[in-house]
Amino acid sequence: MTEQERYVLRQEQANRIVSRLATQILEKNTNADDIVLIGMRTGGILLARLIQQKLKQLEGVDIPIGVLDITLYRDDIATTDQHHFVRKTEIPFSLNERVVVLVDDVLYTGRSTRAALDAMMDFGRPKRVQLAVLVDRGERELPIRPDFVGKKITINEDERVEVLFDDTGTLLGAVIQRQE
Amino acid sequence: MSKPSQANKKKSVWERKDLLGIQDLSADEIELVLDTAESFLEISERDIKKVPTLRGKTVITVFYEASTRTRVSFELAAKRLSADTVNISASTSSAKKGETLIDTARNLEAMAPDAIIMRHPIPGSSDLLGRHVKSSIINAGDGAHEHPTQALLDAMTIRQVRGSIKGLNISIIGDIAHSRVARSNIYCLTKLGANVTIAGPATMIPLHVEKMGVRVVRTVGEAIRDADVIMMLRIQRERQGKVLFPSDRDYSRFFGLNMENMKEAKGDVTIMHPGPINRGVEISPEVADGPFSVILEQVTNGVAARMAILYLLIGKGGSDEAAA
Repeated sequence: MTEQERYVLRQEQANRIVSRLATQILEKNTNADDIVLIGMRTGGILLARLIQQKLKQLEGVDIPIGVLDITLYRDDIATTDQHHFVRKTEIPFSLNERVVVLVDDVLYTGRSTRAALDAMMDFGRPKRVQLAVLVDRGERELPIRPDFVGKKITINEDERVEVLFDDTGTLLGAVIQRQE
Repeated sequence: MSKPSQANKKKSVWERKDLLGIQDLSADEIELVLDTAESFLEISERDIKKVPTLRGKTVITVFYEASTRTRVSFELAAKRLSADTVNISASTSSAKKGETLIDTARNLEAMAPDAIIMRHPIPGSSDLLGRHVKSSIINAGDGAHEHPTQALLDAMTIRQVRGSIKGLNISIIGDIAHSRVARSNIYCLTKLGANVTIAGPATMIPLHVEKMGVRVVRTVGEAIRDADVIMMLRIQRERQGKVLFPSDRDYSRFFGLNMENMKEAKGDVTIMHPGPINRGVEISPEVADGPFSVILEQVTNGVAARMAILYLLIGKGGSDEAAA
């Protein structure tokens, strides 16, 4: 941790939030059998897995989980100079008539969510799509809103928030970093 | 507290404007294409086989030599990425009216295509095009020189079936001298660390081919023994007016792959063929349709590999992930 970083969520707090998110997901959706989790690459995948585990602990349900890579649906692919490495999307089940809970670690402009919605429409027709994020840093550029939020924060434009996991998938917390 | 894990950083970036051949590619660049191609496979399995990535981009295929499968493979790859495609084949094109290659290209360029995919009988033709035209050029076969997308889809298939290519014994059997597929595959597989053996009638083995880093054997038996992967090439009795072997039956007897000589092969051997196959000549129907053959997987992978290449060339693909 450098002087340029400071914690916005410590490990214990972050993990309690995950439990709360799982509880809220169950509360909002009367039939747990309809729910599927889709983790957005890369930050959302580990978080989705933690939520899946929590849902199993809380209600004994095995919620299917998929992985979505939105690189091919980005709206900035032609305009930025940066290259974008595309990785696999793995959704080994139908989305039709399901309640899809999209999971991402950080919500910012909302463009990633927009891309994820487009991607999911190409996979089928969900009954409902809900958005779960660990950190919402505001400053939306599109009319997108989360259904389940861990923590809402306000930071400067030259800062970014990063959610940290270790190699075993354990959630370590979230830090704010100043961009170079 | 354990160390936070780093996002998987890919060192290589795709910087090239064109894909002209395998000879100039590094192993890292090849791996990048193969990894990217894996990610594109599932798109062809969806109900809606489309992603919007190359929306608004134009891809023109120019085939001076007949080909249905390669052209269709490229066309599907472009269309599944939402690009617009146009096909030009030599018999309907201005080539018959005597227009030079560069003039044709310049005329096409004036219509602003993002990529031109070309198959042409003269070696080096795509290289020439690439130097004169701003669009990205993909070589779909230039004479007997290279056919890079075939080698890439072949490598992708081998990786899928065998896990990795390094250290594998791979035998390529057939008309090596006149085969751009053989040439590109030899470059690709040696760069990725395979042990490549080639075999064929003496009329089809180029002089000094050992310099490419391959082992040359004279009988099909030697090529089959110990091979993890056997790649059969399509045979043509006559090339450029030269007769290369007495008859198809003769070829098939001495260099064809059949159930008899398959007995000498390893128990888990993988059989490949770039297609179209000459049933009963270089490969018997039982082997082509048998459990070790991945010929159809090669075709499926062909679309994914070509999608990956289009993405890397004109879709700004290929490096460390930017902040989402």
